[in-house]
Parts: sequence; structure tokens; C-alpha cells
Amino acid sequence: MPELVVLWTDALIFLLIALVLLFGRLAASREHLRAPWRTVARSRMGMGALVVLGVYVLIGVTDSIHYKPLLPEAERSAGVMHSNEVQSLLDYLLTPLREQQEKTYSAPLATHLYSKENIEQADGQMVRDYPRLKYGGAHLQDPQQDWAADVAWTAIIGAQEALLAWLLVVGIITAWLAHRAGRSFFQQCQQILYSRTEVPWRVIFIMLGIVLLAAFTAANLGVKYHLLGTDKVGEDVLYQTLKSVRTGLVIGTLTTLIMLPAAILMGIMAGYFRGWVDDVIQYIYTTLSSIPGVLLIAAAILMLHVYMNNHADEFASLVERADLRLLFLCIILGITSWTGLCRLLRGETLKLRELDYVQAAQAFGVSHFTIIIRHILPNVLHIVMISVVLDFSGLVLAEAVLSYVNIGVDPTMNSWGNMINSARLEMAREPIVWWSLMAALIFMFTLVLAANLFSDAVRDAFDPRLRGGK
Amino acid sequence: MSDVLLRIKNLKTWLGTGASPVRAIDGIDLEIKKGETFALLGESGCGKSMTALSIMRLLPPVGRIVDGSIHLGETSLLDLPENRMRNERGGRMGMIFQEPMTSLNPVLTVGTQIAEAVCIHDADPQQDIKARVVELLKEVGIPDPEQRFSEYPHQLSGGMKQRVMIAMALAGRPQLLIADEPTTALDVTIQAQVLALMKQLQQESGMAILLITHDLGVVAEVADRVAVMYAGQIVETAPCKAFFQTPRHPYSRKLFQSIPGRDKRSERLAVIEGTVPPLDQAFSGCRFAGRCDVVMAICHHQIPQWDQYAEGQGVLCHLQGGAEATVEPPASVKEHAVAAVEKSPPTPLLSVDGLKVYFPIHKGIFKRVVGHVRAVDGVSLEIPVGQTLAVVGESGCGKTTVGKAILQLIKPTAGQVRFDHDELTQLRGEALRRRRADLQIIFQDPMASMNPRMLVHNIIEEGMLAQGIGGQAAERRMRIEQLLEQVGLPASAADRYPHEFSGGQRQRICVARALAVEPRLIICDEPTSALDVSVQAQILNLLQALQQQLGLSYLFITHDIAVVDYLAHEVAVMYLGRIVERGTVAEVLDDPQHPYTQALLSAVPVIEQAGRRKRIYLQGDMPSPANPPVGCYFHPRCPQAMDRCQKSYPKAIVLSETRSVSCLLLEK
Ligand SMILES: Nc1ncnc2c1ncn2[C@@H]1O[C@H](COP(=O)(O)OP(=O)(O)O)[C@@H](O)[C@H]1O
Ligand code: SF4
Ligand code: SF4
Ligand SMILES: [Mg+2]
Repeated sequence: MPELVVLWTDALIFLLIALVLLFGRLAASREHLRAPWRTVARSRMGMGALVVLGVYVLIGVTDSIHYKPLLPEAERSAGVMHSNEVQSLLDYLLTPLREQQEKTYSAPLATHLYSKENIEQADGQMVRDYPRLKYGGAHLQDPQQDWAADVAWTAIIGAQEALLAWLLVVGIITAWLAHRAGRSFFQQCQQILYSRTEVPWRVIFIMLGIVLLAAFTAANLGVKYHLLGTDKVGEDVLYQTLKSVRTGLVIGTLTTLIMLPAAILMGIMAGYFRGWVDDVIQYIYTTLSSIPGVLLIAAAILMLHVYMNNHADEFASLVERADLRLLFLCIILGITSWTGLCRLLRGETLKLRELDYVQAAQAFGVSHFTIIIRHILPNVLHIVMISVVLDFSGLVLAEAVLSYVNIGVDPTMNSWGNMINSARLEMAREPIVWWSLMAALIFMFTLVLAANLFSDAVRDAFDPRLRGGK
Repeated sequence: MSDVLLRIKNLKTWLGTGASPVRAIDGIDLEIKKGETFALLGESGCGKSMTALSIMRLLPPVGRIVDGSIHLGETSLLDLPENRMRNERGGRMGMIFQEPMTSLNPVLTVGTQIAEAVCIHDADPQQDIKARVVELLKEVGIPDPEQRFSEYPHQLSGGMKQRVMIAMALAGRPQLLIADEPTTALDVTIQAQVLALMKQLQQESGMAILLITHDLGVVAEVADRVAVMYAGQIVETAPCKAFFQTPRHPYSRKLFQSIPGRDKRSERLAVIEGTVPPLDQAFSGCRFAGRCDVVMAICHHQIPQWDQYAEGQGVLCHLQGGAEATVEPPASVKEHAVAAVEKSPPTPLLSVDGLKVYFPIHKGIFKRVVGHVRAVDGVSLEIPVGQTLAVVGESGCGKTTVGKAILQLIKPTAGQVRFDHDELTQLRGEALRRRRADLQIIFQDPMASMNPRMLVHNIIEEGMLAQGIGGQAAERRMRIEQLLEQVGLPASAADRYPHEFSGGQRQRICVARALAVEPRLIICDEPTSALDVSVQAQILNLLQALQQQLGLSYLFITHDIAVVDYLAHEVAVMYLGRIVERGTVAEVLDDPQHPYTQALLSAVPVIEQAGRRKRIYLQGDMPSPANPPVGCYFHPRCPQAMDRCQKSYPKAIVLSETRSVSCLLLEK
């Protein structure tokens, strides 16, 4: 059995998932919590974006299950059964991508390296040419002739598989919907086709189709070729971008998770108790928000760096070390970004505490704690919800920027910021290597766009001022 | 040339699309003659505003006019293209809204906003626009118009803003002025000013006014003709006099009966049971059938026809000529006669002495205290067991603050609040918590006073839990159901959310919640002013009955003199944080001594024009409590002010055991 390794961020991610599930169960039984989410579920844009986000989350979660694989029989010694290297489930799934390492740069779908080398030919002659790749397109006899047909053929096979998978999934969902609505399967298909369902299934299915098409084509091509090329040390860029998904998600979600308790507690306390409590809290966040965030982050990361170098032996593996730095980055980003939410909550609480029902509760002698939990907190939750989803894409972008200036995540960690950072040199090279940058940008752009569209839908549903138009 | 200015025929306005649109207006006909004041009367939600917006073609996006015609003079408004319609709006038709605060743009000066209206509708290149604006401001009675020209809306009081709105509407020299509840947000003394202004402007310019209101008193004061709306239809039209002599439609009659007043003191007010039916359906009978007390079999399955029984008079009812024969109210209404005021010398349950509440005004980044808002400035009052003290006064005079300070929801700056031998201001922590069960509060807006995310059951239970009374969960549940029945709601109401109830029902829940902790004093902060008259009657009846059953004392905060007359034993009149006059209801209301009380009472619109007091118009607005005038706080507005009045605040002069007045006129 491989040995499970739970990294800090893994634990927090699963905690977050547990919280979301818990909230989901709670919301299911309360109409006022359920209603806005139902509005989200009816939004075409929101659900389309959710499908894309779902894929990202799936990648992120598989990448968050870490373990130490068993060593091959031969290498085992007494007591040492496991490799020292920590892997994730995603690594396992992407084994072909991970292990097919070339020598150096190669363009997307290429069969030859991107730079000339001296090659010793069969007859012993040395020529200077682009050598064949070790893995990418290695199965082709004559790349010049077969390449185009093979790529097209592989893509078509991928598309066919995607179609099959799509039909299967869509069929199952439609059958389930038909069963629930008491319609025949065919009627249900019509309903979906003409967009007569409450949840925009048509849009969801179309998005699902696109996603499956991309996934299967990429999977088929990715095994035979390097779909997005390789980087300087010959690592597959597709693999890197996929690994970067988790980093982006962790930064975007854990940062808010970490700052949330502080922001909610302080904001509500300041607004509810006013007086000196308010003064102290306002003082804290005004001071914090007047320090330039980048400086604070740079200082903190440098300190951590020094600490880690001095205590290198405390970290069992590189992965753990990088993970701790990631967590630390989340914390420090959280500290610099909670003030906005805190200020919003303070303002809203100031308003709420004057409301008649809070006054009525006070007139009953209900304790402050109960009032906050029962009357204030539920009525500011929509603000929390909106700001969490709105912050998400900002944080993903912030990671990229910070890593670009080298105060982001650990350089050994896969992240879009690090990819963009290394692209700085690649772009200056002649001929330029553009695929790393492009891959990072495309993946990041898709995530941020989907997150923004989704957060729009969420805000529309939760903001009381935008509600009630109908 | 006829003298009809506006003619509406079979107008139907629907809101929303979907399967069941709300038929907010369902076939109304009306005619407004040149130069007359036509009042559209009805309770909230009956479609009055929608009628006005349909005429102006300013419906919300979900609304559309599905049928009918509207003619202004010879012009068919519904056929005009939008750009021509824009000329009519603010041109031949002006409109003023209920909420003057939100109808003005806060970042533009008053002058600019009026000038804009002048430029669009009264464009005369030769004319000096500024001069015209100043003239308009003068016309609507704004003092120093030159100076006001460059002020911003927030620098003006509510009454002033409403005058500015009127000036804007007048800019296009309209033939028809549509006023949607123009005085509802204003105090009675200001309301009297604005109504008088509208009347005067009408006489000068000969424009017609479509006055939309829910206040029978206002109608009686200013209208020439009346139409009563109910559930999207006009159910009665009549000249004003005839209407107030004999309302014909059963609904109109009910409205009259539900108005509180002294003469009804010893009886229960008539209430209109039930609620307005939802308008998203097609009706097959009379819309009022479910609530009508003279309902007949035919009413349920046949839609009544418009019965034009005389020129300009008609009703929508199966009874010929309406319910002309006076229908005696059912006997049960009179049954619950209220016991007369107890005469035994009452022991005070609550006595407040020299209560002051000052709110500090902070300024600058260091939040230096630069002054105080003297919201309550030395108030003393007593409430005996089982009696009601009414506190009346204009908005902002500190009524609510008195209530909250008594409850210790706001810490008083000075003064004593003695409740049953306990000094509440000295109590802290747990001791105060225990005491809270004895004093409860009911708020003005029943929706805002309940957490929308809690079930009625939990809302009522909250106080019991906090006070640790009511025993086990099952016992509490029984008690809650019992309370709900006590306030006239089914026990099943406990498992619903507040938004599922109508305004009156919500207020009942609030009463039940207060009763749950078995209080001895309830502070009622304008509990009926957000409700319609017929619903107000239900709540007043309930409060009366509870007082008799449980011996409750009430501190009843209100600005509605009719309610005071009906319900209270004693009255205290507040002005700018101080009580200027107090006494029993009979003493104060029959023979007001303080000039402010006199003005306040005379400003109340009344239905019986014959017995009305001589109107005293107060000038200006209430000063800010941050810097009250030196001397008598009332002297800048007092019609009888003397030199002495500016020197020092007059002491309370005791006229009888129950009566005292703070005015130098009464000093010997
Ligand atoms: N924007 C809107 N959307 C949907 N319904 C509305 C809207 N405005 C008003 N209504 C409905 O139209 C009806 C008439 O409203 P209104 O004309 O404002 O009544 P009133 O002026 O008598 O208070 C009510 O049932 C009300 O709920
Ligand atoms: S038609 Fe019938 S139900 Fe309707 S108001 Fe007249 S009497 Fe009452
Ligand atoms: S004291 Fe003077 S100013 Fe004040 S109310 Fe009496 S007469 Fe008027
Ligand atoms: Mg209205």
C-alpha cells in the first residue's frame, strides 16, 4: 500500500470541501438560503461557467491527494518500503506525460527538438540537425510524411471517444431528469433541446461537450506527442499547466478561507459593539491597508525563505517545503486582503444593528452573542458570498504577478506565475519559445473568465438590490 | 369644446408576463374636468400609483398597458410616439411623488434642477431662466429664493423639497398636476402648508389636480370630486360633499367606520375582515365579495355593473345605488364595549424624571465631539397601571428616542426611569435582563421588526428563551399557539415566515411576540402608521382588548390625533425633545392651551368640515435639535410669541392635577 501524505494545504482543501458540503446540506433545508442558489442554477452564463470550473476543481482535487508510492521490489530495504518522493493522484494519472521527458525545448506536437544538435548517423557521420524526440511522435516511421495524417487521425479518434462519453453522460442525466419529471425520455430531450427546462441543461450539455472534446483530444494526442510542447529541461508543458491548476485554486480559495473568520468576526464586532471596539478594529485595518501589500508579502516571503534555508532538515521533502511556502503565501495574502471585506461587514452591521428586530431582541434581553449569530450573521452572509467569489479571480491573478517578481510560490512548484516568469527568458531567445507562455495564459484566462462569469451570476442572485426586478 | 381635460376609458395595465400577470389596473374609466381637484382614494396596492404612471407612460419595465385609451384634451396619449410624449410629461402634465427625498438629484443644486425643467418646457430665449426659477421658487412659498437657488437638496427639509418638486412640476405651466401621495411623508403641520399651497396655485393657474391619497381627511380638505379604488377598479365616484354625506359603496362605508376617533371610544372599530384578493387572476364575481358585510348570493358569481345613479355619481355594486339604506353594523361590533377610564387614583407603574438623551456629533479625523443632538431634553412622564399615555409630536421631535431610552436600548444621558420601584438606569447585566420581560416594544414597520429568515415560531420563542420562561419545548409551543390565537391568528401561523403575512397580520405577530414574555408595559412606537385604516382598526381593537384582559399599560407613540382620541387616557405633546403640554385626552384635545398643540390639532385634516377648528398655519420647519433656539424652543414659529419668549425656556405651569403646560402665556 502506498503511504498517504496529507500536506497542510491538502488538509485545508478538504476542510473547505467539507464546509461547502455542510453548507449545502444546511441550505437545502432553508428556503432563504436555497432561493438565491436556485437563481444561480437558472442562469445560463453561471451554469456554463460552472461546468468549466468543475473541471478545474476536479483537476485540483485529484492533485491534492498525495502519497508516497511503493518502491519497486528490487529497491526495497528493511523498513523502507516507500519512495521518498511525494506524488499526487494526478501525477499518477498523468504518468505518461510526467515520464516522457525530452532533452530540451520542443514545439507543440513536434517530432523533433527545437534546436540543432550534432547527431551521429548510422554510418558514423556527424550531421548538425534537429534530432528526433525520444517520445513525441516516436512511433512515426517517416515524420515528414505521416505526421499530419497521424495527428488528424488521433484527434478524430479523440473526438469520437468524446462523443461517446458525451452521449453516455447526457443520456444518463436526461434519463434521470425524465424519471424525476415523470416524462418520457423523448419528451425530456425535446424540453432540453428547446430550452424549456428550468435549469439550462442545454447550455450545460453544450459546455460539457466542448470540455469532453478538449479533454479526450488532448488525452489522445498527449500520449503520443507533447501537445503543448516541452520546456527547457524537456518537461511536458501540458503536464506543467495541469499541475499549476491546483496552485491557482489553492491561492484563490484558501486565502479567503483563512481571512474569512478574522474579517467576519472583526467586521461584525466593530459594527455591533461600536465604541472602543470599533476604534481598535478600525485602527488595525486602516494601518494594515496603508502598508503596500507587495512590500509586506516580499518581506514575509524573504523571512520564510531564510527560515527554511536555516532549518532545511525539518522538511521531509521538497514538495512539503514548497507546500508550506504556498500556505504561507495564502496567509500573508489573506492578511493583506481581509480589510476590504471587514470594512463592508462593519458598515452593514452598523445598519443592521439599528434594525427593529435587533432592537426587539435586545429588548428581550437576548445576549449579544446570540444576537450576532442569529440576527446579524445570516443577514451579512450574502456579502461574504459575493466577496468570496469576486476575490477568487483577483487572487489567481495575484499569484501570477507575485511569482513573476519572485515573491510568489516556491520556484520548484508548478504555477502559472512561475511559467510566465520563465517565459521571460524564452521570449528573449531566438527563435522564440512561445508555447509555455501561451499555455499558462490560456489556462489562467479560462479559469478567471469562468470564475468571473460565475461570480456575476452569484452576485445577481445574492445582491438584494439587484433582486426583485422580476 | 368640452370642459373635460383628462379622459380615461377602460384602462387596463398589467404587470409581468408569464402565465398569470398581475392585473394592477383592470378597466377603469374616469374624467377630470379643467380646474378641478380630483381625488383618487384607496388603500395601498389598489393601483392608484399605477394609474398615475400609466397616464404619464412611466410604467416600470414589467408593466404594460394592454387596453383602453387616455385622452388629454384632444390628444390620445397612448398613441403618441415617445419623443412627443416627453414633451407632454412636464409640459401639459406635471407629476409630484410621495418621497421628495428620492425624487431630487442630490448632486445638483435645486436651481439647476428647476432650470432644467424650465429650459425643456418653457423655452423662451428672451427670458432670463434664472429669473423664472426664482419666480417659481417664490410661487411655491420658499423663503429667500435667490439664496435657495444655489443650495443642494440635502440642505432642505422634507417640506421644502416637496415645494421644490412642485416648482419643477409647475415649470412647464401644466394643465394637469398629478400628485401621488404628496404629503404622506410629511408631518401634519407641513402637510397643511403643502395642501394649502396646492390649492392656492390651482386658484391662480386654473390647473386640474389629480390627487392620489389614502387619507380620507386630506380628500375632505381639498377635493372636488372623489373616486374610490379597490383591487384595480374604481368602485365609487361622487362629488366630494355627497361622498362624505353618504358613501354608497359598501367598501367606502367600511372605510369610514374604521376611522378611529373620540366618538367611537367606547366601541370596537369596524374592521374589514380578510385581505385584498390577489390580482393575478380573472374574477368571476365582485372583488369585494369576500369582505363585504352586505354580500349577496349573486355577488359571488356575477361581476357587478357600473351603476350611474346620478350625474357624476356611480358605484360598482349589485346593490342599486349602492348601500344607500344605512346598514346597521352587526351587533357583535358593539358588544366589546370598552370600560370607561378607571377613576381610582392610579399608582404610577413607570415614572420618568428629567430624561435626557444627547447624541454626540463627531467631526474631523480625530472624531472630536463638536456638539450634541439633544434628541430628548428633559422629559418627565408617568404611566399608571392599566392606562395609556400617548406621546404625540412631529417626526424628529424625539418620541422614539424617549421610548428606546426608557427600555434602556439607548443609554440615557441623564434622568431617572423608575419602573415599579426599580431604577432602570442603575440596573446592569443580569438584573437588567430580568427586568426586560416587563417592558416590551412594538415598532412601526412590522416587516423590519422581524428577522425575515426566522419562522414565526422562533420569532415568538426568542423572548421566552432569553427570559427562561415557558418551560419545555412542548409547553412553549402550546403557549405560542395560544398567543397566536389571542392576537387573532391561526395556530398554524407558527410554521410560516413573516413575509407570508399581510401588514396587519405581521403587526399581530409582533404583538404576540411582545406578549410572550408577559410584559406589564408595552411601548407602541407608531404601531399603525405603516398600515391602512381598515387594518389599523384591527390592531387598535386588539390593543384595546388586551389592555382590558391583561391590565397592560401602554406608552403610545404616534402622530395621529385620531388614534390618540380613540385609545389614550392621557396625552403628552412633544416639541424638540421636550414635553410642552400634557393632560388627559379630554383636557388637551378639547382645550389645547399651548400654541403648538393648538396649531398641531388645527392642522389635522378632518372629515367633518363643519366642526373644524380654525386653521393655524405654522411657518417654517422644526429647528434642528443640535442647536435649539434660545428661550422657548417654539418661539421662531409661534404665532403668539412675545419678546419674553426669547429669554428663557418657560417653566411647566400646573393647571390641574393632571395637566401642565410650558408657555409664558399662561404665566400669571
Ligand atoms: N414594479 C412593480 N412590479 C410588480 N408589481 C408592482 C410593481 N409596482 C406595483 N406593483 C403592484 O401593483 C399593484 C398596484 O400598486 P400601486 O399602484 O403602487 O398601489 P397604490 O398606489 O395604491 O399603493 C400592487 O399590487 C403592487 O404590488
Ligand atoms: S357587489 Fe355585493 S359583494 Fe360587491 S360590494 Fe356590492 S354588495 Fe358587496
Ligand atoms: S412661550 Fe412664547 S413662544 Fe413659547 S409657546 Fe408660549 S407664547 Fe409661544
Ligand atoms: Mg402608492
